[in-house]
Amino acid sequence: MRTTDHATTARESGDPIVSETRPATPAALRPAPTPAQVAQQARAKTPVEVTGAQSLVLALEAMEVDTVFGIPGGTILPAYDPLLDSVKVRHILVRHEQGAGHAAEGYASATGKVGVCMATSGPGATNLVTPIADAYMDSVPVVAITGQVVSSAIGTDAFQEADIRGITMPITKHSYLVTDAADIPRVIAEAFHIASTGRPGPVLVDIPKDVLQSRTTFSWPPKVALPGYHPVTRPHGKQIREAARLIAAAKRPVLYVGGGVLRARASDELRHFVELTRIPVVTTLMARGALPDSHELHLGMPGMHGSVSAVTGLQKADLIVALGARFDDRVTGQLSTFAPHAKVVHADIDPAEISKNRTADVPIVGDCKAVITDLAEAVEADMEAGKGGDYSAWRTRVAGWKKTYPVGYTAPEGEALAPQYVIERLGAIAGPEAVYVAGVGQHQMWAAQFVGYERPNSWLNSGGLGTMGYSVPAAMGAQVGEPDRTVWAIDGDGCFQMTNQELATCVINNIPIKVAVINNSSLGMVRQWQTLFYNERYSNTDLHTSVGSRVPDFVKLADAYGCVGLRCERPEDVDDTIRTAMEVTDRPVVVDFVVERDAMVWPMVPAGVSNDLIQVARDTAPQWDREESEAMEQPTDADHDGR
Amino acid sequence: MSKHTLSVLVENKPGVLARIAALFSRRGFNIESLAVGETEHPEVSRMTVVVDVEDLPLEQVTKQLNKLVEVLKVVELEPSSAVQRQVMLIKVRADAATRSQVLEFVQMFRAKVVDVATESLTIEATGTSEKLTALLEVLEPFGVRELVQSGMVAIGRGPRSITDRALRSA
Repeated sequence: MRTTDHATTARESGDPIVSETRPATPAALRPAPTPAQVAQQARAKTPVEVTGAQSLVLALEAMEVDTVFGIPGGTILPAYDPLLDSVKVRHILVRHEQGAGHAAEGYASATGKVGVCMATSGPGATNLVTPIADAYMDSVPVVAITGQVVSSAIGTDAFQEADIRGITMPITKHSYLVTDAADIPRVIAEAFHIASTGRPGPVLVDIPKDVLQSRTTFSWPPKVALPGYHPVTRPHGKQIREAARLIAAAKRPVLYVGGGVLRARASDELRHFVELTRIPVVTTLMARGALPDSHELHLGMPGMHGSVSAVTGLQKADLIVALGARFDDRVTGQLSTFAPHAKVVHADIDPAEISKNRTADVPIVGDCKAVITDLAEAVEADMEAGKGGDYSAWRTRVAGWKKTYPVGYTAPEGEALAPQYVIERLGAIAGPEAVYVAGVGQHQMWAAQFVGYERPNSWLNSGGLGTMGYSVPAAMGAQVGEPDRTVWAIDGDGCFQMTNQELATCVINNIPIKVAVINNSSLGMVRQWQTLFYNERYSNTDLHTSVGSRVPDFVKLADAYGCVGLRCERPEDVDDTIRTAMEVTDRPVVVDFVVERDAMVWPMVPAGVSNDLIQVARDTAPQWDREESEAMEQPTDADHDGR
Repeated sequence: MSKHTLSVLVENKPGVLARIAALFSRRGFNIESLAVGETEHPEVSRMTVVVDVEDLPLEQVTKQLNKLVEVLKVVELEPSSAVQRQVMLIKVRADAATRSQVLEFVQMFRAKVVDVATESLTIEATGTSEKLTALLEVLEPFGVRELVQSGMVAIGRGPRSITDRALRSA
């Protein structure tokens, strides 16, 4: 489809049909300077004469891009020619553009740098739509570069034409259609700036083929002109003082920490703040690792599959300090009954998140690093003046919940392997220095619950969009960005089958990721809902990957790709299998963990109901002891009215 | 629900209108009227958007608009401190018997006749949407054959300029 072979016509290579009679482009006739030569000239800051494509590669080099994930095709072909000569930019040829996009996300999420992916026009570009939407939801800094049909053919339904800028408008932070090659350095500089500053996000740069082919000059740095882009990073002092006042006055405060804290690289500041204030903390799915799980004040993950202590901590709080979190429906449950007694301090770099779902009593617009630093200073000043808050009674209560209702599971009877056990052991053996990358579904929730995260950016997943298939390519990107770390993709048998073609990319490019397929032979999370809410009518959730048949056999599949394939079916083999996988460092490993099918993710708050109705197991609500429930009872308590 | 008039200053670049229109529809807002044109600074365009929303969603849409890279400034214009105008062209049935009556209304509303035929008059009227609605009401009995109206444009009263302030802060 996007390959070029002998039968390729000019039209297939992205030129309009009229160009079939045209001679080769002038650019192709001249001996092109190598990027190294051009770079040398460019360093002298004198504009150098180049093609648009060379200008693009030089701009990427100037932005210190070391890796691009992509697939060439007709319209992006000109860019791939100078890319071949670049010694600074490594291009990794993936097997599907979705893989390129998720790899760029994984690279960005693990390293904090901007991830770059590249694709041709039409289907190449539309295959990037899912990862772009994913990056938009999870605020991942990604620049996607796409080829476009020649300018004169735009709008004519030309071969492999898609209005990718229009298609991605609602899912990009910003997008460009470059119409003049002279703009390329500026557009690239702006794209990286926008992607990585403020609330990070994906930026699309669409470049028509003729623009890549035309002659232009390259000079660096370009003049960046973004008169409408001024992200606020410094929080307002008055708001900080107001927040500190609420913190001092609170009796039952909770820090609700979201992914923004990781994006702001504010884990150290957070830890300092927690130790200063001794306020209990919850970290959302996107923020796992922002505070070590082993920290005594860490209550775990809030939300639909959160821990009892985290969910209840928020429900009973009288003050929620939200840091880089967005009150997502998977955290709040039924919004009208979420944390009914809590005042809210909401700090986010994106003003549009504040009071979007839950009205904030104290809104703070700013970068989490700056916000937490300033808040710590303000609170410390209060404490020194003897006006600090006292939360010791509250800490005792939440510690009680944490102790009584730890996140756990019931081991299945007989020989069956519990998925939670596999993940728990994986986390214990691979340890906190590894990177864990999940797909979406039951295995993702178990990975969030049963791996202990001790450092930022050790946990990558698709939180907002919930993209099945994220795991393998994102793990690949993370491994490229962090070659010295062990990277474990924790995937499901459903997810794995969506993007496992990137194992070929991993083998060929020596990217030794490890994949734990938590194989329950089903679309497990959907099956869980069918068990709970559809009378165990299992409509279209059986994947036949272990029960009854093995289609495909993941060990053979791994073998076919040149990976090491392992299978583990018994609890007593889990540790050895993981250790064997850990010893392989020269190629990817795929472990087929054949697990019990009926395991479910608990705790759970069913969709659309109050978080007070959390269940620790099927039909089992936490047993609050009498004193506890009386202490919680308040005259205006609307918790249990079932609204 | 209540009507709000937003003045949105944007970079005068291709695709900006699509981006803003898409934002409104994506967030579930119906644009009641929209007018776009260059300002005294050719690199800046000004959109006047009239939407019918509650205050809280309006705040959300304003924040989302401000996030767009090409948006320089968003100002809500209060009707009491702004001049608002809309243009309407109405082709109304008017023969010898009714023409003078129609013309009388045209005069009362300080509208203009811009085209005459034996069977019809085409009237140009400028004003607030309330005035135009009132004019339309009195013309309706004669038979409105065709109607076209522009989006609302609005500007704040007094000497201050939002474009100046926007460009200075940019």
